Amino acid sequence: MTERNRELAYLIAVSGLTVVGFASVYIARRAVISWGSLGYAGFFIALYLTAHLIVRRTVPNADPYLLPMAGFLTAIGLTEIYRLGPADAFKQGLWIVVGLVFFAAALIGLRRDYRVLESYKYLFGIGTIALLFLPRLPGLGTTVNGARLWVHLGPFEFQPGELAKITLVIFLAAYLRENREVLAQGRLKEFGPLLLIWGGTMLVLVATNDTGSGLLYYGTFLALLYIATARLSYVVAGIVLMLAGGYAIVRAVPHIAERVTIWLHPWTTYKVFCPSTGTYLLRQDCQSYQVVKSLYSIANGGWLGAGLGKGTFTTPSGQPLIPYVNTDFIYSALAQELGLIGVSALLLVFMLFVARGMKIALQVDDGFSKLLAAGLTFGFALQTFIIVGGILRIIPLTGITLPFVSYGGSSVVANFLVLAGLLLVSDRANAQR
Amino acid sequence: MNRQISRVAIVALILLASLVVATTYWQTWASGGLAAREDNEIQVVAQLEIKRGLIYASDGKTVLAADVKRKVDGQTLYYRVYPTHGFASQTIGYATQSYGRAGIERQEDAYLTASDENIGTILDTLGARLRGTTITGNNLVLNLNVKAQDLAQSLLQGTCGAVVALNPKTGAVYAMASSPTYNTNLIQSSKGFAKIEKIHSPCAPESASPLLNRATQALAPPGSTFKTITAAAALDDHVYTPDSTFYDPGYCTEYGKEVHNALDQSTPEAYGEVNLIEAYEHSINAVFCNIGIKLGAQRILDEAKKFGFYSTPPLETPSAERSPSGCYKGTKLYDPKDADTAVDPGRLAFGQACMLATPLQMALVAAAIANNGKIPVPHLVKEVEKPGGGVIMKTHPQTWRVATTPQTAAAIGNMMVEVVQGGTGTEAQIPGVEVAGKTGTAELCANCTTYDAWFIFFAPANDPVVAGAVLVERQLNGFGGAVAAPIARQIMQALLPPTSNSQP
Repeated sequence: MTERNRELAYLIAVSGLTVVGFASVYIARRAVISWGSLGYAGFFIALYLTAHLIVRRTVPNADPYLLPMAGFLTAIGLTEIYRLGPADAFKQGLWIVVGLVFFAAALIGLRRDYRVLESYKYLFGIGTIALLFLPRLPGLGTTVNGARLWVHLGPFEFQPGELAKITLVIFLAAYLRENREVLAQGRLKEFGPLLLIWGGTMLVLVATNDTGSGLLYYGTFLALLYIATARLSYVVAGIVLMLAGGYAIVRAVPHIAERVTIWLHPWTTYKVFCPSTGTYLLRQDCQSYQVVKSLYSIANGGWLGAGLGKGTFTTPSGQPLIPYVNTDFIYSALAQELGLIGVSALLLVFMLFVARGMKIALQVDDGFSKLLAAGLTFGFALQTFIIVGGILRIIPLTGITLPFVSYGGSSVVANFLVLAGLLLVSDRANAQR
Repeated sequence: MNRQISRVAIVALILLASLVVATTYWQTWASGGLAAREDNEIQVVAQLEIKRGLIYASDGKTVLAADVKRKVDGQTLYYRVYPTHGFASQTIGYATQSYGRAGIERQEDAYLTASDENIGTILDTLGARLRGTTITGNNLVLNLNVKAQDLAQSLLQGTCGAVVALNPKTGAVYAMASSPTYNTNLIQSSKGFAKIEKIHSPCAPESASPLLNRATQALAPPGSTFKTITAAAALDDHVYTPDSTFYDPGYCTEYGKEVHNALDQSTPEAYGEVNLIEAYEHSINAVFCNIGIKLGAQRILDEAKKFGFYSTPPLETPSAERSPSGCYKGTKLYDPKDADTAVDPGRLAFGQACMLATPLQMALVAAAIANNGKIPVPHLVKEVEKPGGGVIMKTHPQTWRVATTPQTAAAIGNMMVEVVQGGTGTEAQIPGVEVAGKTGTAELCANCTTYDAWFIFFAPANDPVVAGAVLVERQLNGFGGAVAAPIARQIMQALLPPTSNSQP
């Protein structure tokens, strides 16, 4: 079987799962939803078959597992988003179309040689900062949940930070490829542009309060620096710097200090000051409300889960149990409905995706491609860890989307571009053989 | 670069693997603890997804607690309603999402939510879970009699008090009323709850919550009804017989001071020479005071323990809603080691001093006398039925404890008949039925004119089918014979079989 036919076979399997998923939601929630749910499954299958045809035309030698895995994650996300609120699933569907357009554009535009991106590295570096600055502009940005991350353009809202993670990886891959030998020697002068761009990025992040993305960029930066220079001491120094910086930020920014408190002590038996109401409440009824309700949701899943469509996400008075359940907390919803077995399988797909991405980085022969593939893949893994680890209280919770699964237009588009990038690199790696 | 990429790949995979480990922790080890947290609304919803069993009165037809369906986000939730709007509110209790559960609703929650250990229930519940259908709880049929309970509640209206009526042989509780009372349906909302809290109390504003089940929780000095215990101690020990004679000068002397008889204008100041039957019939404090001094406080408390004092009587309500009777010091049950010196025996003998009792306890004292000295286990629940029919549990008559001998019980029973025939309890007379009873008028403080009025009773005296206690608290000049005995009479009339009622 050729690589593309294999991809098609996996996509058909994923399509079957998608139909089963939407059918379960329909059966469980007949009271509130219509047959339309099965239309979503059909729509979804059509989109991924289109993506497959584009891949077949543009990158025929690419890895056959990445697209079906991305399809699987998107399908689970769309099913759960649909289950939580059919209106959001419609918007998500539209964003998947937009993401697909960007995906096709990237594959068609860069199919001959994506390495032209290397020559525009400073453009990408400056572009990263520009993207991150957009929400700070008056009239354009809005503050959601204490962080200023969104840009509104008419009816569209967009989170530029999601795209910045890609432009940053392109910049770092190109810059590090060019300067890796000198950087490995440790000459301070060569770190100049790198530190400059980096310092700027961190500054913007502190200004927008988006610690989750900050951690993601910093972690990706350290991973690529290590791959390029093979100097573990840089990583150690970087982590020490981050801990020191983190400590300073926690001391200085109340919004972030609060997150650490919530992480360490989500439950109190005595009342503490609640800034949002101005009164004294138990912490689980105020600051850590979301974290605690999300843990209850996960715990309720148990081994097998309640079943798709059978979980509880509404209080008896009709209020949503977990705020932002379909973006930051979609994992808590999935854990309740799919149970330990279901979400472990989901995490296994994330791991396989990472393994394939890293394999591509190992196989391809030029430095830029290696750094690009490894950077995109590591960013994907780290983003997953930051949000799910935050939900599970491994680390303090910082709002960020779960790749491919969460609701959110910018996230969908960005993840399709990550996928396109990995397919381009893998096509090149396999074509060389 | 490949070595570094491999290492970075391993780090990335370890990060993701840690998520599997952490998820396992929360979904297995920690899940029980999280489910038990009271702010876990998922568990609240899970409770509301179960259609609780119905609660019926003794006729098996009158529905006391039912469910209404409400759709919330596509889920069907069941909320409790009480079609009778306040029938035995404190006894049946409530099951709500915001105020928890109380009464029978709490104690019998396992049956009502089909989480009991009956094998049929387990299989039905499992089947419902697998099919994804609604779990329906088992129905309860209570012993509460609609007529007697309604009557008790209306007779108590406007007072603070309680009525307990039960079958002295089987322990079946026919009526358990507490006043002031409230409409149980109000408790589902915070607005309604606030209304309940504002219900005006006719007696003590500080302790008059209508949520309190006064039948099992109100602690009042039992007054002269306690003479039943004192008499039982005296007869059990053969210190006296019913025919023993005493001289009543109108008071007894204790610690060098005179303890006077009750100040009732309608009775003589002093009876002179009387026997034990007459002393009990006319409730002469001076005589019982002397009996108390002779027996000693310890002996009287020991006898009280045999009648169930110092224990929490069994019942199908949460134990926190039942108080033990006995001597109290402040709000604590007080069992002195040196009772003979610590407790005033003369006043204890007629139910004063430190003695406090609940209406349920006094009803059980009456039941012991009616049932040859044996106290039955009181039962509110008659049987438990599957939602589709079929009895899965039936309560059988049991003896809680043996309080006294059949001889003593018979002797005191006769005295109680005299009380109603020509003593302080004539208001309880029922034409054609031999009624046994004992009045109590408990002093709440020195020289005050409000009293706690008591009446304990059983009927018919030769073959009792009903026994019980009536307490009306803090009545101005409220004598047991005048205030409580008429209520007891009407309750008995409601519960006695029509044949014995209609006899000339």
